[in-house]
Amino acid sequence: MTNVPTMDREIDRSQMQVSDEVAIEISNMNKWYGTFHVLRDINLTVNRGERIVIAGPSGSGKSTMIRCINRLEEHQQGKIIVDGTELTNDLKNIDKIRSEVGMCFQHFNLFPHLTILENCTLAPIWVRKVPKKEAEETAMHFLEKVKIPDQAMKYPGQLSGGQQQRVAIARSLCMKPRIMLFDEPTSALDPEMIKEVLDTMIELAEEGMTMLCVTHEMGFARQVANRVIFMDQGQIVEQNEPEEFFNNPKSDRTKLFLSQILGH
Amino acid sequence: MSNTHSDTVAFVRDTMLPQQEPPSSSVGAVGWMRTNLFSGWFNTVLTIVSLGFIAFILYEILPWLISPTWDGTSLTNCREILAGLGDESGACWGVIRERWQQLMFGFYPSDLYWRPVLAFLLLLVAIAPLLFADYVSPKLIWFSMLYPFLAAWLLWGGAIWAPIFAILGFVVGFVVFRYGSKVILPALALAAGVVAAILWWTAIGPAIEAPLSAAIPIGIESVQSREFGGFMLSITIGVTAIMCSLPIGIVLALGRQSDLLLVKAICVGFIEFIRGVPLITLLFVASVLLNIFLPPGTNFDIILRVMIMVTLFAAAYMAEVIRGGLAALPKGQYEGADSLGLDYWQAQRLIIMPQALKISIPGIVSTFIGVFKDTTLVSIISMFDPIGLSNAIRADTAWNGVYWELFIFIGAVFFVFCFSMSRYSMYLERKLQTGHR
Repeated sequence: MTNVPTMDREIDRSQMQVSDEVAIEISNMNKWYGTFHVLRDINLTVNRGERIVIAGPSGSGKSTMIRCINRLEEHQQGKIIVDGTELTNDLKNIDKIRSEVGMCFQHFNLFPHLTILENCTLAPIWVRKVPKKEAEETAMHFLEKVKIPDQAMKYPGQLSGGQQQRVAIARSLCMKPRIMLFDEPTSALDPEMIKEVLDTMIELAEEGMTMLCVTHEMGFARQVANRVIFMDQGQIVEQNEPEEFFNNPKSDRTKLFLSQILGH
Repeated sequence: MSNTHSDTVAFVRDTMLPQQEPPSSSVGAVGWMRTNLFSGWFNTVLTIVSLGFIAFILYEILPWLISPTWDGTSLTNCREILAGLGDESGACWGVIRERWQQLMFGFYPSDLYWRPVLAFLLLLVAIAPLLFADYVSPKLIWFSMLYPFLAAWLLWGGAIWAPIFAILGFVVGFVVFRYGSKVILPALALAAGVVAAILWWTAIGPAIEAPLSAAIPIGIESVQSREFGGFMLSITIGVTAIMCSLPIGIVLALGRQSDLLLVKAICVGFIEFIRGVPLITLLFVASVLLNIFLPPGTNFDIILRVMIMVTLFAAAYMAEVIRGGLAALPKGQYEGADSLGLDYWQAQRLIIMPQALKISIPGIVSTFIGVFKDTTLVSIISMFDPIGLSNAIRADTAWNGVYWELFIFIGAVFFVFCFSMSRYSMYLERKLQTGHR
């Protein structure tokens, strides 16, 4: 398994430190869709500064799992504690956690009726009650960071897929989140655009952001992640450091998956 | 580069070809006609046949329409004028000249016509900030909020205190809600505000108002509802129903999607009941049955009753149109809003509704147009809208037998209003276009 595609840049690891502080703790979490048991007995602890890639075949529950972390999906059993706050039915807690946890979606989910700048300032203004001027300055700062400040006055429909995903990342960052969730951020993109999004994500990782990524970009996993989690049939089958995971997978299911995803 | 020799002959383009003008036969008027009217023999034949048909229709109708009978004083007089000119048939436009004021204002006192006219002109000012937000100062919205009270006062007249006390009721309700929500739950505060406003309108307000209007009798001559009629009546009912049905429709559409079972059941029940009943039945309920249920002696204005019924009717349809817009929104928009920590009402107001309403514009405007035209149904409960008036006009012996002229005139006026709404909706759709979704 040596032909894992690699990123073509050196990664600055000076800021990438995993602290002992726990950012997310999931214990004995179960979830059903109707009678279908999607997530079975998930146990996962994420420390601050960790960069975790979650891989697995489609339908394995990896998206559902990270969507449980900001309550886009409701779990029925077990405990999820994010930043010291437990996710319950209390709407106040849910909104608080959501404003601390950024999320990027496969289909970007930008708001098409608002300009790029308005997309980025909306949540800070309404949720954080930041003055408009200040919110716009923050937004421009993050748009510069994802390298599209000149598109600020355009609408999402006028941007390419890669640009839209970078705006989505900037939009999340404007809330100054402590944790970022990525749900297949590059799956809907042309190959040429995948790189620009991954570069943005790498920069985030280099700054020490706690990240959970569901992705099929194994090059990204190998270079950036400090832990790779493999899921199948709603369970965590294997988790390990990327080198070990790719070079020396333990379970047969992982071996099969890796041979299929990297084989061609 | 052709495929045939691609393996054997290498080719690299070193100069790019410049752009060239398109052939003259495919652009301009000639190009337009070639593609749209004469593209192929079948379409050419169709074009010629259609033009012939249009010419025939105009040839038959125009002479009837253009008939010199504007000075006719009765149907017989019109026929004499036409016979004098040797025409067999022609429209009798004298009826419009003589009765157009009645068609506009019904039996409204003619020396007070300036009041509905002023109310109509102010209506244009009041809706300007809503319709053309880009060009009109948003401060004018204050006038739009005051307008309903002002218009009601202008139309019905009476003491100046009535509209002022009506406004004060809203102020009282709002103040109670505002300060109440700091102490108790917002939902309870809202209920308290509503109760306070109703209390004001029914008990406290009238108690102060009566001695006040006796002491300071400022006001204009009052006009009874039964004197209302014509397009004035249609516009009064239509505009009220249009303006009120949209917010009620939004609330119903959201209620129908609610997770709260009771809210959902109430909204679904209301929508399905209203949609399942013809408007005429509701109007009969308004005009006849409500009087039976209300305590004797209550003076509940007939126009107000009709307005409420038409509004509820329109709101039920509006709710379904908006639900269509909500259903067309990708789930990702809700998730995007949720993931940023926006609460339900923020997400609805800032993300969901602007997009859902934009998608529903054609349907919403169709409903508006439908409601406006449905106001003619009030002629059934003997109110004198333009259609009701056309019957009244025919009851005059001078105009007995005049049908086409009146209906063409009424139709033309309705068309102006409805066509304007339709054009405005197209303008709005273009304005809100923000690239492909």
